[in-house]
Amino acid sequence: MALKTPHILSMSDLSREEIEFIFQTTDSFREVGGRAIKKVPALRGKTVINLFFENSTRTRTSFEIAGKRLSADVINISKSSSSVTKGETLLDTAKNLVAMSPDILVVRHPSAGAPHAVAKILQRARVINAGDGAHEHPTQALLDLLTIRDHKKKIEGLHVGIVGDIAHSRVARSNIRGLQTFGAKVTVVGPKSMIPAGISALGVDVSYDLAEVLPKLDVVMMLRIQTERLDAMPFPSVREYSRFYGLNPQLLKKAKPGIVIMHPGPVNRGVEISPEVADGPYSLILDQVKNGVAVRMALLYLLAGELESVKGEA
Amino acid sequence: MKREAYLIKDVRIFDPALKLDQTGDVLLRDGKIEAMAKGLKPEGDLEILDGKGKVLVPGLVDLHTHLREPGYEHKETVETGTRSAAAGGFTTICCMANTNPVNDNAAITQYILQKAREGASVRVLPIGAISKGLQGKELAEIGELKQAGCVGISDDGMTLMDSQLMRLAMDYARGFDLPVLTHSVDANLAKGGAMHEGEVSCRLGLKGMPAEAEDIIVARDIYLSGLTDCHLHVAHVSTAGSVELIRQAKRRGLKVSGEAAPHHFTLTDAACEDYDTHAKMCPPLRGEEHRQAVIAGLADGTLDCIATDHAPHATVDKETEFDQAAFGILGFETALPLSLRLVEQGAVSLERVIQSLTSSPMAILKRPYTGLQVGAVADVALLDLQHVWTYRASEGFSKSRNSPFEGWEMKGRVLGTWVDGKRVHQG
Amino acid sequence: MAQETEKLLMDAAQLEATLQRLASQIAERQGAEGPYHLVGIHTRGVPIAKRLAALIKNSGPIGVLDINLYRDDLSAVADMPVVKETSLPFSVDGAHVLLVDDVLYTGRTVRAALDALFDLGRPKKIELLALVDRGGREIPLQADFCGKRLSVSDREVVKVRLLETDGKDEVVVAQGAE
Ligand SMILES: [Zn+2]
Repeated sequence: MALKTPHILSMSDLSREEIEFIFQTTDSFREVGGRAIKKVPALRGKTVINLFFENSTRTRTSFEIAGKRLSADVINISKSSSSVTKGETLLDTAKNLVAMSPDILVVRHPSAGAPHAVAKILQRARVINAGDGAHEHPTQALLDLLTIRDHKKKIEGLHVGIVGDIAHSRVARSNIRGLQTFGAKVTVVGPKSMIPAGISALGVDVSYDLAEVLPKLDVVMMLRIQTERLDAMPFPSVREYSRFYGLNPQLLKKAKPGIVIMHPGPVNRGVEISPEVADGPYSLILDQVKNGVAVRMALLYLLAGELESVKGEA
Repeated sequence: MKREAYLIKDVRIFDPALKLDQTGDVLLRDGKIEAMAKGLKPEGDLEILDGKGKVLVPGLVDLHTHLREPGYEHKETVETGTRSAAAGGFTTICCMANTNPVNDNAAITQYILQKAREGASVRVLPIGAISKGLQGKELAEIGELKQAGCVGISDDGMTLMDSQLMRLAMDYARGFDLPVLTHSVDANLAKGGAMHEGEVSCRLGLKGMPAEAEDIIVARDIYLSGLTDCHLHVAHVSTAGSVELIRQAKRRGLKVSGEAAPHHFTLTDAACEDYDTHAKMCPPLRGEEHRQAVIAGLADGTLDCIATDHAPHATVDKETEFDQAAFGILGFETALPLSLRLVEQGAVSLERVIQSLTSSPMAILKRPYTGLQVGAVADVALLDLQHVWTYRASEGFSKSRNSPFEGWEMKGRVLGTWVDGKRVHQG
Repeated sequence: MAQETEKLLMDAAQLEATLQRLASQIAERQGAEGPYHLVGIHTRGVPIAKRLAALIKNSGPIGVLDINLYRDDLSAVADMPVVKETSLPFSVDGAHVLLVDDVLYTGRTVRAALDALFDLGRPKKIELLALVDRGGREIPLQADFCGKRLSVSDREVVKVRLLETDGKDEVVVAQGAE
């Protein structure tokens, strides 16, 4: 079996069978991660470029470790998209990188659809979307799905709550698609000012009341509140947000036994999640990080094959 | 100098404003429609054209275009833009003020008109700015703009958010008998928006502009039109809400008119899927219910005219991230066939379509309309309504290529355009 | 696909006898060297290792090695091979490893297996067992234990079928396959 899509741009590019296959491959890489020597020669001679137009130490590091453990040559290019004049940023940079004959470009960009634009101009290299604006973050969703499956043994039939700024969250969009592919029920929760118009397009339930929804959930994903990204504050204060939409030990008492708590990180302790909960027994936050490297190794490995339609790229 | 002369034989002469629909010969000479009758004898030195199966209409008029000169000559110039207009059957076009420098004073207006005299294929009527530099802070010299040749004022692209200044502008423009043309997007409500707010924007993770951002401004400006007795022309209406507001305003007898752009009645926000920046314009492509409302508005006359909002952009402005890409698309060479699709679909009559491209925009400008009659100025277009062709932006006359209709099969083609009796395009 | 004609090399009884013989050879050598850690190479090396372990009454855990991440042809393939389980439930350091595979051919699989083993630790000694050695080596490498030696052309394919993986025990040579 091989992945049908040449690029990983959206979770909707992946069928359930393909995701299962990625997970099966991930299992092998988890074993590699447990070794004393955590390196295999599989991608020797391959070049992976991490092209990051947005700061994200953890995602970039995760991809970098994944690439290096596969023995690929990993090059990190960080650009602040604001410092380069528009129009020249993305595609010019990508065209220049093509001259280095990369095999895989890992692209993180503040604009939704930027990895699609890069993928369109490439003939040989593959693109992995490492987060594009408020659109998608598929590798995060894959590691989240895997973490849920590890702990719940299945995903189908689970009720998953995603709590926070749904409007601006690529993690939410990718997870919604992935969870639906596996037949889970998703409820998005947040102040109505953070629920995007047109949410019905995503086929999820919507709630504005975390306390009311929490007892029904098998899994709850808390999203990071990024006040610095918002041009207008959609809630009156962080304090008030935290009171109504933060997860604390008291609220957690209402949850089903066996609920698991996830967060894509980095955590704003005391805002969307209290420290006791983040570090508590139901929290899978560290498992998410650990699975991140293995999932990304699996994706880099599975995308490293030569595209059949290689057209002598200059 | 020898004047051109043309005898178009056995052509369908079609001018709905004059209730004219008959077959005959038309003689264009000395800048005038010299004769219209059956079986005209060719006399003197003239070119004879077979008009059988073809339609002769008055030259098309476009109230809303961007010629980009001065300032953005890499995107378009008066020369290239008007050449493209001629290819689309247009003989008169209005150009918006968002040049660089902005057309907010007589010198710029004169510069544009000078460029037009030097190399324009069609008549150019500039629209002046409402506010200096389109900044929405203080009024431009509206009286001098009119004197220099501006036929209306607009801060197109930059909605004037200060209601008090808008009221002053409309009061002032009323005194000079100038229509105010508005681009209606509430700048705060639509801040950072890249497309229509709805299911598609939610899926794509793009910031949306709600339809209400247009409705709110249209409602405000209709009230201000009532307050000031100034003629309000709502440009490129894209929402069901504003169509209804204009319909009601007209019923109340207010001096309000509206226009529809071909892309708004042809495409929906679904065209933005896959982040195609050629589907990015402002006002944005909306949902199907809005598209249908715009078509209905055009059919019942709520929307008086069709205007292209021809907005050329260079490749670098479009080959970029969707949220960074420039707003706007080419319009001249696709406007007629896209409008004829509405006729083909039975949604709008051919009479309405031709009227909305000829006599209606002239009425909004309060300019004399002579149409197809003997003695009238020979601004005409010869059309083949049945001709099927494939649109290629690269084969067009604009300097730019930004069209979402690339590769579309079009029905209806301009065979010839005459301005002042001179043939400016032959297709 | 070309029509395949297969020639039987070993039936079930012959295969069983071969394993018996290999087992007694291992048992003999094992006495001198101490107990082996048997490691089967995916796919058919694994059940062979298990059977041999049972025959020599070696109750130690059987290692499983997938060599795909160590293949030397990955830079050119279109579809990356499916990676299967690798599991060595004992410390490789200082171990006396017996690598088990079904067919020894070019030697590249064994080379990859050796690389994989060294990434997992530092064995004291590694020996190699192949059920069938069909010749055609491309690197200098020989089996310490061999069930059957053949000399077949490059166009032929030696196939080992096992009850555990294929539903029956036999070894055949197929013509004009691939
Ligand atoms: Zn506009």
